[in-house]
Amino acid sequence: MGARHLVTLTLNVNGEMRRVTSDPDTPLVYVLRDEFKLKGTKLGCGLEQCGACAVLVEGAPVLSCVSPVSAFEGKSITTIEGIDANDTGSRVQAAFVTYSAAQCGYCTAGLVVAATALLDDNPSPNRVDIAQALTPHLCRCGSHPRVFRAVKAAAKS
Amino acid sequence: MSLAAYPRIADWITAQDGLLLVRTGKVDIGQRISTALIQIAHEELGVPFNRIDIATVRTDKAPDEGMTSGSNSIEQSGKAVQCAAATLRATLRKRLASKYGGAPEEWALADGAIFLPGTNHRFPVIELIENLGKDDLVDPAALPVARPYQSPPRPRMRGIAEMVRGGHAFIHDLDVPGMWHARVVRPPHVHARLNGVPETARARLAAKGLHLIEDGSFLAVVGPNEWPVVDQAQKLAIACDWDVGKGLPETDVFTLLNASKSARFHAPKAAPTKGPIPEPLVLPDHTARYERTYQLHGSLGPSAAMAQWSDGVLTLKSHSQGIYPLRESIADSLGLALEKVIIEHMPGSGCYGHTGADDAAFEAALVAMAHPDRPILLKWSREDEHMWEPFAPAMAVELAAKTSGRSITAFSAEVFSDTHRGRPRPGPKRAGPGKLLANRFRETPIGPTPAAPNMGVHAGMHRNLDPVYAIENKRLVKNLVPDLPHRTSAMRCLGAAVNIFAIESFMDTIARKSGADPIAFRLSHLDDDRARNVLLTLQDQLSHWPDLTEATGRGVAFAQYKNAMTRVAVAIELTVNDMAEIQLHRAAIVADAGRIVDAEGLTAQLEGGLVQAASWALHEEVKWDRDGIQTRDWDSYPVIRFDNIPKVSVTLQDQPDEKSLGAGEASPGPTLGAIGNAVFDAVGLRLTRLPFTAASIRQAAYH
Ligand code: FES
Ligand code: FES
Repeated sequence: MGARHLVTLTLNVNGEMRRVTSDPDTPLVYVLRDEFKLKGTKLGCGLEQCGACAVLVEGAPVLSCVSPVSAFEGKSITTIEGIDANDTGSRVQAAFVTYSAAQCGYCTAGLVVAATALLDDNPSPNRVDIAQALTPHLCRCGSHPRVFRAVKAAAKS
Repeated sequence: MSLAAYPRIADWITAQDGLLLVRTGKVDIGQRISTALIQIAHEELGVPFNRIDIATVRTDKAPDEGMTSGSNSIEQSGKAVQCAAATLRATLRKRLASKYGGAPEEWALADGAIFLPGTNHRFPVIELIENLGKDDLVDPAALPVARPYQSPPRPRMRGIAEMVRGGHAFIHDLDVPGMWHARVVRPPHVHARLNGVPETARARLAAKGLHLIEDGSFLAVVGPNEWPVVDQAQKLAIACDWDVGKGLPETDVFTLLNASKSARFHAPKAAPTKGPIPEPLVLPDHTARYERTYQLHGSLGPSAAMAQWSDGVLTLKSHSQGIYPLRESIADSLGLALEKVIIEHMPGSGCYGHTGADDAAFEAALVAMAHPDRPILLKWSREDEHMWEPFAPAMAVELAAKTSGRSITAFSAEVFSDTHRGRPRPGPKRAGPGKLLANRFRETPIGPTPAAPNMGVHAGMHRNLDPVYAIENKRLVKNLVPDLPHRTSAMRCLGAAVNIFAIESFMDTIARKSGADPIAFRLSHLDDDRARNVLLTLQDQLSHWPDLTEATGRGVAFAQYKNAMTRVAVAIELTVNDMAEIQLHRAAIVADAGRIVDAEGLTAQLEGGLVQAASWALHEEVKWDRDGIQTRDWDSYPVIRFDNIPKVSVTLQDQPDEKSLGAGEASPGPTLGAIGNAVFDAVGLRLTRLPFTAASIRQAAYH
């Protein structure tokens, strides 16, 4: 048991090929946070219900807290730490700063990732489009009104 | 109060290595207190933002300001820092004037320097502060700097740049060499006790290189890697043999919320007394009972803590709102001298009151003491937080009024609730340890501590029980009800959320029944000009809103937090759709928080309070049965999401010459009232029990 289950996997994270030796069933978020020390991706539920753990996989938002790391071999993963490599990502970040679109900030990384994916897909979303894209994400501090403002501003800029 | 205990300037502001360091005992829980304190120091001393920092809040270093709660931070810490900075400004001016000439007021402070305009006398402020006497006292009468401009300051929020990059360090992100992860293995419910851990389960842990901590029915799994610990703790909870006893009581909590066993207190002006309870109103014209079920704080990130036990000293990192009382309670629980326990605050996820933070800190301590010299990071799971955090108590409020024409002549309010004071505060009979969850399960159990009535003014369940309206004859009674099903404690607003919901629903009912406009009816019961201005401003805004459509309604509500802090009026427009679901369209907040320190932070707090209260109003409800708490995740305990957020406008009435008032808990109460009143406006149903789920709206429609 234990050690015999470990495998070595290669993952493309933020444009870098990284190797990790892990139990293949470990949910991706634990590998990102604990092995690669990319602590920006948060864990809120581990049940795909809150959005805190969102990352981009091949450009689309994916919750990383349930699916096993082995499912991500060969795919390109972008975490909050790498989101500014994309022009949309850095625009979203700047707009979140301008509009103070966070309170405690625990939900913020997931929201920035989701908003980046939205704007890459739909450069001028309306309020309903934004709401739809962000509904998988919870914010318990009630930063929602400022997040709407920030995403709208990022779309315009 | 903060200044009385810490009278020296150096207790609040020091200068070191070219930085101004603001010291505080209040912790930043997402309410932007650190941004506000930096803004205050910046305004008073002209030092640029990037040269001001907040010292880490640590029990052996920072001023003990007790709890960060009750919207008190700006009035306590903010006031202290402002006086300290203003004293420094006056001292520097006086000294330089006597040495180089000019009148003290002529010396200006800007861009980090103090200078005498028209001369080349110019000195760096931080260096001058570094060289001041360490024991100089704060002048408590020092006035804040006059504001040269009209618009209140909007400083950039501290930490936001890191947050959007994922670089803001939460306690969950700690990662130090040699650190192990820990997870508590929970029983099915609070009355269950451990019969035993099966040998097969022990063998499985050992094979995975994991350790088990055992102290009575307190169990925790600990090991070097996080995922195996998380995974195996969950499996072990199911594998263990638990004695479940009689299970959780299934009685309807609302029938228990009555006066038969309660400790009752007359509370004139929301100040409980031991005097006799006045008789109820005779033949009141209006009566109503309002209720709220148990609700969660529901932090997005579950509680966490780090602990290390080395050389007889226990060092903890915690996101508790009260690291000083927590330290005493942990030291007492473990039989340690107070100075052998050090707690440093680190940010957690937004908490809105007493969550699992304190319990997690103590659990981490128990694990750390079993593994000396090893840093232990203990995190709660989502299910832990949903099932085991102390809930906001279920409450009931019974109101009665006598009216004459369009005015209320007599008013009675009785509130029924369990305690809002579950925090581990030291007290007689080991009250502090008795409030730490793990102590109930240890080999030698401690607690639970029975609730003691909170006799403070506008404290606990009777916060805002006294309507802010001018009514001559008021009868106010608090009922502390014992033996209720769940552990409860402080959640944002304490009793004020439900009391304001009740009073503002009642005001609406009486206004409508007497044919009065709801805003005009409130105005006719308000003497305070600042309150009236807030309502009049809202009224003016509403006159520009477009006409209502079918099944759409508007509601307003007003309150002044603790009848002494921020005044807030809220308007809500919503629809009740065919599925009996509430859809929120728009909201307006008008607030007077005195002199504004940080307009953006204040707006964010007011908006955030509105959104959280909307979530309470529409969704939030703890459910349980004999086998345990059944609301264990965000599916079984739904909350508001982006698809039902109204467009919110916030209007601030700045009062540059008045004192700054706490605002963190000012908007939820009026929001609850405004939503209930808007539902009535939309579909003619008066909902009196929170939350207003589709099922409860359908039920109300049938009756
Ligand atoms: S942590 Fe993945 S969705 Fe909540
Ligand atoms: S800002 Fe705290 S959870 Fe969103």
